[in-house]
Amino acid sequence: MQLTVGPNQFFWAADRWAELYQELASAPVDRVVLGEQVCSKRLPFFQERIPEAIEVLQAAGKDVMLTSLALVTLKRERKQTDALAEMGVSVEVNDLTALANLPEGMAFTVGPLINVYNEGTLNWLAERGATRICLPPELPMESVEVLCKAAQDAGVEIEVWGHGRLPLAISGRCYHARMHKRAKDNCQFACEDDPDGLDVRTLEDQPFLAMNGVQTLSDTYACADEQIEALTSAGVTALRLSPQSKGFAEICGLYRQRLGGDLGRGALAEALRAMDSEMRLSNGFLTGKTGVEWAAE
Amino acid sequence: MVMEIVCPAGTPAALRAAVKAGAHTVYCGFNNETNARNFPGLNFDREEMIEGVAFAKAHGSKVLVAINTFPRAGAEHIWHEAVADAQAAGAHAVILADVGLLAYAAKNHPNLRLHLSVQAAAANADVINMYARDFGVKRVVLPRVLSVPEIAAINAETEVETEVFVFGGLCVMAEGRCSLSSYATGLSPNMNGVCSPASHVEYEDDGETLDARLGGYTIHRVGKDEGAPYPTLCKGCFKAGEATGHLFEDPVSLNAEQLIPQLEKAGVTALKIEGRQRSRSYVAQVVRNFRRAVDALDAGQPMPEGFLASLSEGQATTTGAYKKTWR
Repeated sequence: MQLTVGPNQFFWAADRWAELYQELASAPVDRVVLGEQVCSKRLPFFQERIPEAIEVLQAAGKDVMLTSLALVTLKRERKQTDALAEMGVSVEVNDLTALANLPEGMAFTVGPLINVYNEGTLNWLAERGATRICLPPELPMESVEVLCKAAQDAGVEIEVWGHGRLPLAISGRCYHARMHKRAKDNCQFACEDDPDGLDVRTLEDQPFLAMNGVQTLSDTYACADEQIEALTSAGVTALRLSPQSKGFAEICGLYRQRLGGDLGRGALAEALRAMDSEMRLSNGFLTGKTGVEWAAE
Repeated sequence: MVMEIVCPAGTPAALRAAVKAGAHTVYCGFNNETNARNFPGLNFDREEMIEGVAFAKAHGSKVLVAINTFPRAGAEHIWHEAVADAQAAGAHAVILADVGLLAYAAKNHPNLRLHLSVQAAAANADVINMYARDFGVKRVVLPRVLSVPEIAAINAETEVETEVFVFGGLCVMAEGRCSLSSYATGLSPNMNGVCSPASHVEYEDDGETLDARLGGYTIHRVGKDEGAPYPTLCKGCFKAGEATGHLFEDPVSLNAEQLIPQLEKAGVTALKIEGRQRSRSYVAQVVRNFRRAVDALDAGQPMPEGFLASLSEGQATTTGAYKKTWR
């Protein structure tokens, strides 16, 4: 089982952003997806740092991909999407617009925000040149198993969301701007204050969701500790870890230890909780009744 | 050409009411997980679909069959059968969201007209043209995240007809890209055809306040004499930082009646009304009013003013993303 680091979902200052990829160059991960997935207004702030980050990671032997936006509507966003293929690394499609813009015959990978729920969709993407698919986090283990079989026949690698706040929704409306009573076009980058998203609580102060500009995430951090053996035997070949502002390189190390057998089942979750008691974990999309649940044997 | 009114029907009775009220087109679904309004007691069995299509055709109306959830891995045949049965029933088109299902339909039912569901969240001309090129899609239902100028820009760059929602429930998230409901309840629009399902709603009345919970999360709290809105997740009341309120969207519904002339100028072909869960009398009233509006527009007469206010059931309404200020 390999480890893939997904794109940073949040808005960080460019120096902090670049630092993450310096750290990841020496982290025990196989693959890194970078770029902007959530909001096209953020990209200009770190765009010119991308080539250097790619270089650093490639020099360290990592596979590098560039993500598309999750929702492409504006002309500017279509141009950004169109330009992805020219960066010299493989494109991770997270809105089918990116696929529409790819030169015919160019191989690509598929991110967790594309709705790959069944064999028909998987096969269609494989025929179009998909080499790797990270499944939507919502999928239960039964679907993962069926899709792994189809992927083997189609020659596609299957990846599953392994760690991090779950991307639950994307909108045309920016909630950070709305909360600050600003229009999206004049958001003044309110989301920059929340490097892991802004906690959204219920009226009874139960932690529930996290706000990240136009994106809504789970409060909980998904963690596949309990399911790693089942995912491996199903044929999943990589786990996706989603960046967070604190201790991320250490978290990558813990997952590597778990995959290598140095940490047993349950010990990974325990270590994560010891790192940060506020990091509430969930794994319910894979094996529970609801996504938010934590199910352990 | 007069703009087409596309009207919901959750039951055969609602279909007949809509057709009699003047709906150009009615959309409905089979009574299983293949459609995105998979509510108990709603939708059509195979026999009812055949009869419904025949009734509509006899009155000069068309029927669209929504097969717009994402087929479950290992069970795609359920969705494939739905496509075959919709064609056999004589449907004018099927409304699909999943690329695997679109590929299947394009290959196995080459004469069946395909519409792209709002659940596909196709929000620009590049991707819409890809759906046309790869699957022969003839119409796209646009996601409710676009402004009128953005819709006009899309129409300028595509031959695919566009259909937009003008009345009824409003998703604030890009449809087909939202798993809030399954995170809290285990059931989602994409997989199960339901959002914030009634089976997971509880109300608690302590004499002073009434709490509405979804999947155990308190989403609304009102005084004992206030009406409690249905706890739809994205329209709930939450706290973040110092703020308490409807952080995603207020409990409002969509009413874009005033924008019909602008939507026509933007090149929109069809106006869609949400609400397959609504009663036949509601459906008939909405259809009658929208027909009056588009007929007036077509005849160069002024639009009837505020004609739908009474139908929003005292609820606040919004023009949603069509006016850019919404964002």
